[in-house]
Amino acid sequence: MRLTQGAFSFLPDLTDAQISSQIEYCLRQGWAVSVEYTDDPHPRNTYWEMFGMPMFDLKDAAGVTQEVNACRQTFPSHYIKVNAFDATRGVESVRLSFIVNRPAEEPGFGLIRDEGAGRNIRYTVRPYASERPAGRRY
Amino acid sequence: MNAASEHTADDQPPTSALSLQNAFGESRVADVLDRLDAELVGLEPVKSRIRDICAFLLVEKLRSRLELTTGAPSLHMSFTGNPGTGKTTVALRMAEILHRLGYVRKGHLVAVTRDDLVGQYIGHTAPKTREVLKRAMGGVLFIDEAYYLYRPENERDYGQEAIEILLQEMENHRDDLVVILAGYGDRMEKFFRSNAGLSSRMAHHIDFPDYTSAELFAIAQLMLKQMQYTLSREAEAALREYIALRRSQPNFSNARSIRNALDRARLRQATRLFAHPDKPLSARELITIEADDIRASRVFAEAARGRAS
Repeated sequence: MRLTQGAFSFLPDLTDAQISSQIEYCLRQGWAVSVEYTDDPHPRNTYWEMFGMPMFDLKDAAGVTQEVNACRQTFPSHYIKVNAFDATRGVESVRLSFIVNRPAEEPGFGLIRDEGAGRNIRYTVRPYASERPAGRRY
Repeated sequence: MNAASEHTADDQPPTSALSLQNAFGESRVADVLDRLDAELVGLEPVKSRIRDICAFLLVEKLRSRLELTTGAPSLHMSFTGNPGTGKTTVALRMAEILHRLGYVRKGHLVAVTRDDLVGQYIGHTAPKTREVLKRAMGGVLFIDEAYYLYRPENERDYGQEAIEILLQEMENHRDDLVVILAGYGDRMEKFFRSNAGLSSRMAHHIDFPDYTSAELFAIAQLMLKQMQYTLSREAEAALREYIALRRSQPNFSNARSIRNALDRARLRQATRLFAHPDKPLSARELITIEADDIRASRVFAEAARGRAS
């Protein structure tokens, strides 16, 4: 099951040229771009690991694509995303976030029904991959 | 750059003389060169070298349109010369020229010194240098006083590490960034001798000569014009005398010394005007620097003392 998080996730995977022109757009807006990765892509997992520091004061996308490629090389079968942070006063949050790398095989999520007191049922989703320990999931 | 060159290759069956002219006009390099001429006094060898480089890059660009190229030319440069000879200013213009010719994508200049590249503890240098390099991508990285990177007297100095990363990135990202190393002539020579790899990767070594007295005077006048001041006739003579004296004294740094001297003259002019606060001032008085403002300088006093002793 294909993971759909962030912008463009219902489109086919972006090519490198498309990624770099998206980054170019972010830099033109004056946003700080950062690269993050994880092997726990649960929708509630907002804490992905940072790959290096967020990059401030960049003028050209080449610097970011270099980081993206370095991250891909280190974690070839993790999820990797690019975030663009807008530091404008009053905004101060991520403006754009999109996935640039995903594992070849994505087992998806299972729905778990937890029967409680009375006729209550609590639903939760659980990635199949997270049964294995971190680092060996994909 | 690619899109543009493909475009023109299609609709211009070139007679090469014609297209060289076109390419020159297209790139709008001419007005940068003109500005260089107008704003920088003297520096003839530097200007002619820059013209050479421009011509070479234009020809190279045309060659690449006809698919004659042998890979992107190396553009890293070293600027050597005494303090205040205009290295930073020329680097700024160079960034603009390279941008207009399409050899760097953004054309900004990132000026750094040793402190920005070299870290303070083990493992700090590489990320720091890489960050600076990333910031400079698409533009020009200007490393001022580059010889400080190499400190042979301290074998645990992290400067060497910065140099190695620099070398590696200069090779790998040749079309992403241009590195300009700048510094004083003799020290740079020593620096290059002990870092042969760096020296051989510099495509252009440009030497900035010292200014003559007449050139320094012209620079002073240009600066005053930009600051909207004028010299009275006596002040002009005083300034010429000042320049001659200042050149022979230690720590003379060409145009920078002149700028400082003028700044101090402006201070003295303001104090002089302030001495009579109730007197109404004309515009002429406000813009004129008198001989006394210049002659009050320490330089004259020291010269007089030198003669006396």
